[in-house]
Amino acid sequence: MSLSKKDIEHIAKLAKLKFTDEEMAKMEPQLNSVLEYMDKLSELDTDNVEPLSHPVENINVFRDDILKDSISTEDALRNAPKRDENYFKVPKVISND
Amino acid sequence: MNNKYEAVIGLEVHAQLLTESKIFCGCSTKFGNPPNSNVCPVCLGHPGVLPVLNKKVVEFAALMGMATNCEIKEKSIFARKNYFYPDSPKGWQTSQFEEPICENGHLDITLSDGTEKCLGITRIHMEEDAGKSIHDLGYDTCVDLNRCGVPLIEIVSEPDMRSPEDAYLYLTKIKQIITYLGICDGNMEEGSLRCDANISIRLKGETELGTKTEVKNMNSFRNVEKAIAHEIERQIEIVEEGGRIIQQTLLWDADHEEVSPMRSKEEAHDYRYFPEPDLMPVVVSEEWKAEIAKNLPELPEARKARFISEYKIPEYDAAVLTTERPLADYYEKVISVTDDYKSASNWVMTDVLKIIKEDKVDITEFKVSPENLGKLINLINNNTISGKIAKSVFPEMLKEDKDPETIVKDKNLVQITDTSAIDGIVDTILDNNPGQVEQYLGGKETVLGFFVGQVMKESRGKANPQMVNETLKKKLEEKRTGE
Repeated sequence: MSLSKKDIEHIAKLAKLKFTDEEMAKMEPQLNSVLEYMDKLSELDTDNVEPLSHPVENINVFRDDILKDSISTEDALRNAPKRDENYFKVPKVISND
Repeated sequence: MNNKYEAVIGLEVHAQLLTESKIFCGCSTKFGNPPNSNVCPVCLGHPGVLPVLNKKVVEFAALMGMATNCEIKEKSIFARKNYFYPDSPKGWQTSQFEEPICENGHLDITLSDGTEKCLGITRIHMEEDAGKSIHDLGYDTCVDLNRCGVPLIEIVSEPDMRSPEDAYLYLTKIKQIITYLGICDGNMEEGSLRCDANISIRLKGETELGTKTEVKNMNSFRNVEKAIAHEIERQIEIVEEGGRIIQQTLLWDADHEEVSPMRSKEEAHDYRYFPEPDLMPVVVSEEWKAEIAKNLPELPEARKARFISEYKIPEYDAAVLTTERPLADYYEKVISVTDDYKSASNWVMTDVLKIIKEDKVDITEFKVSPENLGKLINLINNNTISGKIAKSVFPEMLKEDKDPETIVKDKNLVQITDTSAIDGIVDTILDNNPGQVEQYLGGKETVLGFFVGQVMKESRGKANPQMVNETLKKKLEEKRTGE
């Protein structure tokens, strides 16, 4: 498997990242070398190996359904680039036209 | 619907779980608090925080699985569903993907023509809700993250439904079950129960599925039925005109009864799911499963069957009374006071439900306590008051939940069953209406109704109607033979 420039553009878009042409040129061989390594790993026969979803063999880490204090609205909004009263304000995400 | 075609419908139902705290943090799930007040670094998606799963969410999801005949998986895992949208500050929704907690269930619906239909449930998984965006204010979108992290279960059906009625009944059944289980309040208007429909059409006999559309934003049960019917017609029209269905997400507009494509800047569905590294697998052992199953209440079907066999009420009554758990509870409290099961059923189905619908109140907040309604029925049955008087006592009970016995005494409504008192009134009425007596004796027996009315009026409704009837007939016959 190897990635084309188009694939990388798509991944960048999904990750909301923007690259210059030079960065893009650097990215292509880098990402492809990672994938080549994955191909190498794929050579192993894993037919009889359970898929591992987590490296730590721990299960059922729960909390009881008990309320804890929330933080103040002021603190919650402290990192917001923009706010409107007690709301986070973001660029419009749906066009209604 | 053009009968060349059949519709194929699958529903995705999201139910907000009635836990105190959110799925991964201790913030409150309460609806309607001031914006961004039920939040903390975990549900705000701040870097470096760790989610910890609320145990009750697992138990509620498993309960729903048991109530819908699902397999409860021994092991399930959480996954990240990656997308950027401002109402989900982490950049992903924590959900379950490849290994959900419940799979392969089904539930039965009964169509209006009486046929039963078994509808498959593909899976039920646990996930977190997103925040709320408010779009209609000016040029920006305002975001409230209180809802972020409120626990949800998503119930995904098989594409087994063929009509809007199927979908309506399925959804009604889901609501009935979740409210019986007490895991969700089932309120579609407030959004604690939400439903998206996947709809396609195909020629009858065709086995391949057609291209589907997804319809969202249907915020009532009737709207789900309407929107699906509308979408089926729209698709048929396109195909009939030689067009092709485009796979897209549509928003239902309830005011104009039409759909419009959802235009959002969201990237095309490419969620790149992967196992959530911050959460450990959930393992539901046989012992835990048995523990959870102890919380399974009697479900609607079983309760209906029991009402029919135990209380000998008609199937229709049993179905109405068991639609909602609190209503069935109310009925059973009424009949803990009176053993007239059928009268109790009549009162609950007509007088109680009428007011509940008119005043849009919840049965749990209904003014007349079931105990007092039971007492009222007993007052009729032991001849203390007539059924007619009871209908006038009931509104009094509605004003304040007073004991009907007290009302009857205070208002002096006790039925007159004293023979001499009734004799007296009947004599007066007959003496005052010689013309009508003449008519009756002349063979016009319908005049009896007039006399009954007069006697009841004279007694201000308190005379025992049956006794009035008998006394009148007796006295009139005496007049006949006396002549």
